[in-house]
Amino acid sequence: MEMVKLTIDGKPVEVEKDTTILKAAKTIGIDIPTLCYFQLKDMNIENRPGGCRICVVEVVGRRNLAPACSTNVAKDMVINTHSIRVLNARRTVLELILSDHPAECLTCAKSGSCELQTMAQQLGVRELPYQGEQSTYRKDTSPAIIRDVDKCIMCRRCEMMCNDVQTVGALSAVNRGFMAVVAPAFEMNLEKSPCTYCGQCVSVCPTGALTEVDHSRNVINSLADPTKTVVVQTAPAVRAALGEEFGLAPGTLVTGKMVAALRRLGFNYVFDTDFAADLTIMEEGSELLDRLTRYLKGDQNVKLPILTSCCPGWVNFFEHNFPDLMDVPSTAKSPQQMFGPIAKEYFGKKLGIDRKNMIVVSIMPCLAKKYECQRDEFKVNGDPDVNFSLSTRELAQLIKLANIDFNSLPDEDFDNPLGESTGAGVIFANTGGVIEAACRTAYELYTGKKLEKVEFNELRGLESIRHATLDFNGLPIKIGIAHGLGNARKLLEDVRAGKSQFHAIEIMACPGGCIGGGGQPFHHGDSEIIKKRAAAIYREDVGKPIRKSHENPFIIELYKEFLGKPLSEKSHHLLHTHYFDKSQGTFVEE
Amino acid sequence: MAKIKLSEKKIAELKEVCKSFNNEKGELINVLHKAQSIFGYLPAELQEVIAKELNVSVAHVYGVVTFYSFFTMLPKGEHPISICLGTACYVRGAEKVLEEFKRVLKIQVGETTPDGKFSLSCLRCVGACGLAPVVLVGEKVYGRVSPDGVKDIVAEYNN
Repeated sequence: MEMVKLTIDGKPVEVEKDTTILKAAKTIGIDIPTLCYFQLKDMNIENRPGGCRICVVEVVGRRNLAPACSTNVAKDMVINTHSIRVLNARRTVLELILSDHPAECLTCAKSGSCELQTMAQQLGVRELPYQGEQSTYRKDTSPAIIRDVDKCIMCRRCEMMCNDVQTVGALSAVNRGFMAVVAPAFEMNLEKSPCTYCGQCVSVCPTGALTEVDHSRNVINSLADPTKTVVVQTAPAVRAALGEEFGLAPGTLVTGKMVAALRRLGFNYVFDTDFAADLTIMEEGSELLDRLTRYLKGDQNVKLPILTSCCPGWVNFFEHNFPDLMDVPSTAKSPQQMFGPIAKEYFGKKLGIDRKNMIVVSIMPCLAKKYECQRDEFKVNGDPDVNFSLSTRELAQLIKLANIDFNSLPDEDFDNPLGESTGAGVIFANTGGVIEAACRTAYELYTGKKLEKVEFNELRGLESIRHATLDFNGLPIKIGIAHGLGNARKLLEDVRAGKSQFHAIEIMACPGGCIGGGGQPFHHGDSEIIKKRAAAIYREDVGKPIRKSHENPFIIELYKEFLGKPLSEKSHHLLHTHYFDKSQGTFVEE
Repeated sequence: MAKIKLSEKKIAELKEVCKSFNNEKGELINVLHKAQSIFGYLPAELQEVIAKELNVSVAHVYGVVTFYSFFTMLPKGEHPISICLGTACYVRGAEKVLEEFKRVLKIQVGETTPDGKFSLSCLRCVGACGLAPVVLVGEKVYGRVSPDGVKDIVAEYNN
């Protein structure tokens, strides 16, 4: 590789040719401020439209200032990143951005995590010298995401995520000049667009232009209502990230403190979505084995590969884009939606609580879950199986609101029976985790042998598309894994073309899986945070006494007492679902 | 947004156009140009067809349509009126002519009269500066137009 020598702020530096000034500076500890620029290293995600001009630097001999994020280094370049000229220009750029930004920091949902706010602090802006016209747009509220584009600074990170990474195509920059904004086609509401509610746009938005629909007020009201029994379930990815909101290092597991906090918030029962994940494995794993056995017997009608269906963003995606393949995914509901009917129809009935008097709240790393729990097919006479879904961020907010000193809480255990889970349920949080959990169970059920080593390391990692062949006692099982919807699309197009070689495919909509979900604490482009969360999840798995879903004693009891066996009539009624073709009439209605 | 029915013959023609560009994403602007010349404008329904043909998102097509002022989502009138605002026409009073058209037709630039007869747009120089100020109605050129003459031009097409 050809190397280039140059000088930045008087320091010599040598970097590979084609490196940007921004990255070259970083190698010698110079952190040039950026706003529109965004990168998730090692995950093939980068946004550098060079639009905001915050990162301008002075290149000696060049007439104009250069944007560091999108200017490559050259031999013998001499660069000043903080000369008077640069500082003045950078401040003016920011002041101009702020001149068309509502100064609502006190009440903005993003306050404290806003990169524009941080930048104003960093550059020491103490007054707003430019007063002029402000662009105003209609606020758009969907079931999961709120667009308040008055706060949009046209960094176009959301557009990059929605189009390049997720290939969803719900958002695009529209109009021109002062009226330019990121919006769905025809500036319709997000709800009418092919949006999957994956929430990755919210994850990367530097300001409060894109935020989640806040359900915490509903939860507070339910907790205050003495006629209601309020049950909470927590998704696996939450325990590996919640601590970040309380200043703990990324990758700190806070399972016990989270349970303690939920109990102090007043939830009557603190249960675990991991239990429902174990249940998902029983149903989805059995469906895999059922399809596989029929296929091996020569049944031509069997659809293989089977696709996982735990991820609601992914479900929305194939309903919009692959309606012709709706019989390919597993019919198993997601763990969140399996938990709902088990809580209301099994646990509630056992305790003599009418489902109308039970409120099920879920804590999710996800925004699509907010939409999922509102879907009509997951309601009984208008009563949703899961009433409210809060993001990891909303839970943190709720804990702070209730004056709970999170970090000094003792570790507490989940309640039984719906709080008991295995390591297999935990790893649902990571890309590759669902299929690994499924294989732990499917292997033992299929071969009748005990699995010597429960870890399938070949299924782990962060590469965008992975594949592995597992040996089921001489039968090679081919597994495909994709995270990020753009990668999922590639695998699905193979299935559509009849070229797919896989028996089973796991899809998660978010980069890294649920640990990188749209409802998690903001990572601000630091992919190390996502990796640390993933490692924490695998640590939690190792620490579990039981690591295979079918060995969960409360799952065994649930089948014995209530469901019968996997894929039974009762299971089908409560734990399986069907999908809808959403490809037509997206925008223009009759 | 109410759905409008696009002429199937024209849609077939448009699909041929897309095909002639190998249905390539990068040809979106060219396809939009042709589509606008076939249909006269680019309604939402048409943008959906184009998005599907070129395998791009509808949001992206809409983004391009709204970026370039040449593209319009409003149908043009039966007699599109264009007023030249190039330098020569401008100094000879084109702006007053434009104001008179707006007053007589009761529409703004870029709009179409409710009866669908006239639409109003501006352009920059038609290469007939000797006749300034110049007005085009469809393909027909009117030279040395004064605000007083506007009513007569409109009347010509109003029978």
